Amino acid sequence: MGALTINMAYVVAAVLFILGLKRLGSPATARQGNMLSSLAMLIAVVVTLADQSILSYQMIAIGVIIGSLIGAFAAKRVEMTGMPELVALFNGFGGLASLFVGWAAIEPDSSVFMALTIFLSILIGGVTFTGSMVAWGKLSEKMSGRPMMFTGQRIVNAIIVLAVIASGYMFSVEPSNHMWLYIAIGLSFLFGIMAVIPIGGADMPVVISLLNSYSGLAACAAGFAVSNNILIVAGSLVGASGIILTQIMCKAMNRSLGHVLFSGFSAVSNEKVVVEGEIKPISADDAFYVLEAASSVAIIPGYGMAVAQAQHVVKELQELLEQNGCEVNYGIHPVAGRMPGHMNVLLAEADVSYDQLLEMDEINPRMENVDVAIVIGANDVVNPAAREVKSSPIYGMPVINVDKARTVFVLKRSMASGFAGIENPLFYKENTRMLFGDAKETIGTLIRSFE
Amino acid sequence: MDMLNLGTADLTPVYLSFVLILAVFLGFELINKVPSTLHTPLMSGANAISGITLVGALVYAGNGEGDLVSWLGFAAVVLATINVVGGYMVTDRMLAMFKKREK
Repeated sequence: MGALTINMAYVVAAVLFILGLKRLGSPATARQGNMLSSLAMLIAVVVTLADQSILSYQMIAIGVIIGSLIGAFAAKRVEMTGMPELVALFNGFGGLASLFVGWAAIEPDSSVFMALTIFLSILIGGVTFTGSMVAWGKLSEKMSGRPMMFTGQRIVNAIIVLAVIASGYMFSVEPSNHMWLYIAIGLSFLFGIMAVIPIGGADMPVVISLLNSYSGLAACAAGFAVSNNILIVAGSLVGASGIILTQIMCKAMNRSLGHVLFSGFSAVSNEKVVVEGEIKPISADDAFYVLEAASSVAIIPGYGMAVAQAQHVVKELQELLEQNGCEVNYGIHPVAGRMPGHMNVLLAEADVSYDQLLEMDEINPRMENVDVAIVIGANDVVNPAAREVKSSPIYGMPVINVDKARTVFVLKRSMASGFAGIENPLFYKENTRMLFGDAKETIGTLIRSFE
Repeated sequence: MDMLNLGTADLTPVYLSFVLILAVFLGFELINKVPSTLHTPLMSGANAISGITLVGALVYAGNGEGDLVSWLGFAAVVLATINVVGGYMVTDRMLAMFKKREK
């Protein structure tokens, strides 16, 4: 097959990638969209195999088999609660693959432009790889989720950035000298680690979106390095997608990207919010009587629901409430969970219909007509201090206004504050009742009361 | 790509940059329309797409030399295939769970 045929097939693949992403715009067509996208990938890979410069298929075949087995195994085994970790790992693998392709593309007589794009694919790929590994460590709690800060961190980072620029320059003018290559790889790995360690667990939705974007940009840079259009098109689609998700996550936290990346929460969490009122606990039995009388219930899940694996019992409770003539909706905050859309996937897994999953802007106007708002394992995303307390570190962040509902039930393990370490005045409000204990057990008790 | 070598200057960088810019703008338009319910599958699906590096890796893994370049290509093939196969499969698994209640 000639270069012309191969490139024409790439055009077809690009069209299918685009149509596939377009179909991802609605839950009804999304599955088909993913199929189109995978078909595009298949076409691109198969026509590339016909490239005349491929002389041996042995290593390709072994590599594809090993990769497919690992990928299929991971995709089948992963729990929906573990999706953020899996996506972090996959981001990292994509980055490392682009680094290797960039490395393999080095030729002693590469032009400065080519050498520069090779350098970029190594840099972005390396940063994506180690950054994703640190994110994976934090998400899987193999390392502390707290922001890791030390004095002089900014100076150290500035020195690394300067060294990266210098190594990029040296490599581009002298691609045949391997010393610059090894220095560039080492620096990119170091840079990835340094970039993610100061970021706290609650900011993971931002980081994982950003690393997703980087994995696309790395593929894009590798596309420049090997002058291949399909890598550039597919890579930049992924890059754009990650950037948009990053923006949405930042907006939902009312923080700039720079603030998330560089400051953690540590500098602001010292301020004390004075909270008036007292905590009013309620037993599951008493909560049942309130729920039995309710005609409209809103459920607001957070990361705690994922930790307690409570999504299935939540769905059971929803069915019982509905049989009782009650309208049930879910209010999902954009940053609830550890990655964008995390709660939606968990609830979809429990068979909750997606038209009951309302976005923050849809549920907030209805809140005044809600009899009972049930908060399950969410904290900062329902904190009214974001509206009311100017000195609060999360002041200005858009939140779900559960306190406007007639009654609020908060399912919570203990009185420890959320990830951000911020007091939550919601717990002290007149209409709030606290249901202490494991969310799954508490809901189980409620369900038994209904039966 | 020879036909693009107008005159003496090599226009490949310009041509590739054109593709990049157009694809980025197209990507922004497409992704902005994805509802937040689908953000996790979008991300894992995008992840699978970023495995397109596989296409770049194949030529190196298949150079038949058994040298450093072919081993780098081999490693990239393994990693990118994990992304492609794992990414598409897990996305499909998730999307199959998104159902609408029959009224």
